[in-house]
Order: sequence, then C-alpha cells, then structure tokens
Amino acid sequence: MTKVEFSSARSQTGRRRSRRRLVQPAAALLLGLAFLGVPLWLVVVTAAKPLGETDVPSLALPLHWQIGQNFSDAINQGHIWLGFMNSVIVVVPATVVIIVLGSMASWILARRTGRLAGLAYGLVMVGLLIPPAVVTLVLELRSIGLAESRLGLIATYTSMYLPLTVFLMTGFIRALPYELEEAARVDGAGPIRVFFRIVLPLLAPVIATASILIILFTWSDLFYASFVLGGGDKGTLPLNLLQVASANLYQNAWNLVFAYVILMSLPMVIVFLIAQRRIISGVTSGALK
Amino acid sequence: MAVEMESRADGRNRAGGLPGVRRRRKRVSANYPWWFATPALLVMVGLFVVPNALNLVYPFTDWSAFKSKVNFVGLDTIRGAFEDGTLVTAVKTTVIYAVLVAFFQNVAGLGLAALLERDTRVNRFVRLLFFAPMLVSALAVGYIFQGLLTTSGGLNSLLSSLMGHSVAIPWLGSTTWTIVVVTLIHSWKWVGLSMLIYIAGLKSVSSDVLEAASIDGAGPWGAFWRVKFPLIGPAVTFNVATALIGALSSFDVILATTKGGPGNSTNVINVYMYLIFGEGLYSQAAATSLVLFVLVVAFAVPLIIWLRRRENVL
Repeated sequence: MTKVEFSSARSQTGRRRSRRRLVQPAAALLLGLAFLGVPLWLVVVTAAKPLGETDVPSLALPLHWQIGQNFSDAINQGHIWLGFMNSVIVVVPATVVIIVLGSMASWILARRTGRLAGLAYGLVMVGLLIPPAVVTLVLELRSIGLAESRLGLIATYTSMYLPLTVFLMTGFIRALPYELEEAARVDGAGPIRVFFRIVLPLLAPVIATASILIILFTWSDLFYASFVLGGGDKGTLPLNLLQVASANLYQNAWNLVFAYVILMSLPMVIVFLIAQRRIISGVTSGALK
Repeated sequence: MAVEMESRADGRNRAGGLPGVRRRRKRVSANYPWWFATPALLVMVGLFVVPNALNLVYPFTDWSAFKSKVNFVGLDTIRGAFEDGTLVTAVKTTVIYAVLVAFFQNVAGLGLAALLERDTRVNRFVRLLFFAPMLVSALAVGYIFQGLLTTSGGLNSLLSSLMGHSVAIPWLGSTTWTIVVVTLIHSWKWVGLSMLIYIAGLKSVSSDVLEAASIDGAGPWGAFWRVKFPLIGPAVTFNVATALIGALSSFDVILATTKGGPGNSTNVINVYMYLIFGEGLYSQAAATSLVLFVLVVAFAVPLIIWLRRRENVL
C-alpha cells in the first residue's frame, strides 16, 4: 500500500520535475542570451560596417562587410598599440609590486596578534572602503615629481589595491598551519627564508586570485589614470578609448569605436578563458569570509 | 642568544607564568619582523592617509591652476561650491544613483542566483554570460549602451521592427528617467558579481535544513523565501553594501553615456569633480572630493560595525 502511494507521489513530482527540467534551462538560456547577446550583437555588426551605415547604430547586418578594414583603422588611427603598451607598462609592474608588498605585509599582519598589528590591519581595511582622495593625491604626486608619470600611476594603483590584496591574503594565511613555518625555524631558517621558501609558495592560489582581480580593475581604470596621467602620450587603453570616441562619435563613426572596444577587451577575455575558475572563486571569496 | 638561554632556563623552573609569555612575544617579534610590513604600510600612509588628510585642508584654500600661491580662504570655497547649487544636486544625484544601483543589482542578482543555483551544465554556461560584462571596461560598456540607447540607436530600431511602427524613445535624453537607465547600465556590468555571491550563499545553506523544510511541506517557493533567504543574510548585506559604496564612486558609465546630462540630471560627484578639476578649479575639486569622502564614510561606517560584529560572532 504505502509503496504504491509513494511511487505515485513520486511519479507526480517526477512529471513536474521533468517539466521543470525543460522550462528552467530554456528560460535561463533565453535570459542569458538576451542579456549578453543584444549588446554583443550590436558591437560586432557595427564594428563590421562601413562609415555610411553607422549614422544609425542599428542591429541590422552590414550591407557591406569591412571588419578587417575597421580593425586596421582602429589599430592605426586609434594608436591602439601605444595604448596597449602604455597599459601593460603600468598594469604589470603595479600588479607585481602590490603582490610582493601585500604578501609580505599580510604575513606579518596575519601572524602577529598585538595591538599595533591590529591597528595596521585596521588602517589597511579602511583603505578597502574609502576611495583615494584623488585631487590631493595628484597634488602630492606633483610635489614629489611623480605627476603625469607612469611611476605615479603605479604608486596610485598600489595604494588602491593593496587593501584588497591584504584582505584576501591575511584570510588565507590565517587558515595555514603554523607547523610548517615552525619546522623550518627549528632547522635554523630566518624570517626571510621562512617567508620565501615556505609561506610564499603556499600563497600561490591567493596570489593568482589577487593578481587577476588587480589586472582586471587596473586594465579598465579610466578615472584615476586620467587624474594622474593627464592628457599626455602615456594614455592607457581606456584613456585612449576616450580620445578615440570623442574624436569619432561626433561624426557617428561607431564602427571604429566598437572595433576599438573589441580589440581592447580581447586581452581580458583571454585572461578570463585561461583563469575562469580562479576569477570566479576569487570574486566570491571576499564575501564568504 | 643569551636572552633565549636565560628564558629557557626560566621556563624550566616555572612552567607558564610571565617569563614564558614574554619569551613567546620575543619570539614573535623575531619571527615576524615588522620591516616585512613596513613598505606596504608606508605606501598606505603616504598615498592614502596623507592625501585624505590634505583633503581636509585644501578645500579651505583658493588653490587653482590660475594662481601661483595657495592662500587660506576659510569657508569661501566650500560656501561658493554649495551656493552654486551644482554640488548639492550632484550629492543628491549620487545618492539616488547608488540606491538605484544597489536595488537593481541585488534584485536581479538574487533572482538570477535562484534561477541558476543548481550546478547543471546549462546553468554554468549561463552564469558565464552574466559574468562576462565584468571583463569589459566600464567606459566601453558606456559606449556600447550609448549605441544601443541613443534615439536613433539599436534598441529603438529593434522596438520599431517589433511594434511595426517607428519608435523614438529618448532613453538618454530624459531629465527624469535617464538616471534610471544609466543605473540599469551600471547594474548590467556588475550583476554577475552579485549573482555569484548569492549563488555561493545559497549553496552554503545546509541540505539538512532544506530536507527538514521539504518534510514540513515547503515547496520550492516557500523553501526559498522562508528558509534560504533568511539564511543568506550576510550575503545580502555584503552585496548591498559593496554595491552602494562602489556606486558612490561611479564615473565611467556616466561619462560615456550622458556626460552628466541631460541638464545635470546624471551629474554625479565624480563626474562633477573630473570636470571642475579639468577647468583648473583645484580647491573646488578638493571640496567635492571631501564631500564624497563624507558620503562614503556615512555609508561605510555602519558596514564596518556590522563586519566587526560578525567577526566577533564567528
């Protein structure tokens, strides 16, 4: 008796489940495709159109395809290589500096328990919430000769993303066992050896996460780059895009702007495809702590 | 060396006690030397604390690109900035912007998390679609949506062909509604992040609790609102707070879509600061920056208190 009842109940929910098994994926797919597909479609078809067809940036397919021409125009007229190199020259050193300084500081701040360590950690965490005072920061950079320089922008990014890095790394280090460090110390290793031989290798996953987030944020930064670098020839990709767009949009050259957008976004898409899991776990790890 | 030997001898005589504690402290300071943390702390003090401290001073000067000397002028700059009215409007606009972003991003993020919670192959793929905008720079996102939403743009042409007659809605030309459109664009870029955090939160709800709920007769709807939602409170608070604080510093999307217009209706603090800094009005820009600082503190302090309380509980 009971068996029959159970099985009939199960088949009923089973039927409901199988309907859900079809509806949910279909709804999810449709929603996702509309969400990303419509803007992406606009960018791709517009980037393939000749200038005459972009007065109205419509979703229609190009009458005449010239995507190669537009890409080469974006590269040559938009000086995309210059922007790319300017971005790399800033983003890579900034990431390295932040990771090195951040991991060293995190080790101390995570292991020490004194009041001073708590205070220092608190200071860094305040930096996680409060944005930089960008106007007086520029004033300060001017007075020490770093305004309108890449070094100044690297320093700015370092102060901006050290807090995030320290936040992620201290959480990670606190979960590491002491014993490995202790064992090395018993063998006579000093703090430098302990840090670089034992701690740093263990930090590899969180270093990867933090680096990717730093690269993602600094690669797209416009605001701080524009304050620190001004309008010189050191412009990073977003600054360069701002110039390209201001120069082209008054004549509705959407094709060039969107070709530029595609080329500029490719490096981040590639980074994402390589490190997808790490990025997703990285962006959620801060919230779960 | 001598100290260590002494304290070791000491420790043998009386286990525990004060000397033992002191020895451990000595060890800690030798094993975790402060100079490891000094470079990072110097950067934070030099480039975060000092500019913020200077920012408490420079709004009271007449510093600008047109003068060689900086003089103290008391409250003149700040009074001028407020009397002009643009700054007051910018503060209001910024708060409205941040609240709308936090609302849209979290409602959509939570809805998507509920839809895509299970780890099926389709869901994993769709999550990537929603995450993808985070890879595109906010400025580029702004231009993409300007192309889509300009009156002769992609969306109106799509609507025209769907409706069968010409549609010409000025999405970016309304002094009332454009701010809503711009916050939706901002949320489009960041909703994937909220979604991921909500999914992680939903997954952390233990299966025992859910089983108990289903035995008590809760359907999927009831289980979500009555059981899961209250249990992901921390994720909600985190998401709302980070969305609010992030949106207070918003800049790129607005610059690319409206430049603060129409009629200053989307002129948030950072856009205003960027424009007047570009005009060389440095002390006014510093005053604006100070206003942003106060605004962020007003939003962030409750968050810090909450985080602290949570740390103490855990």
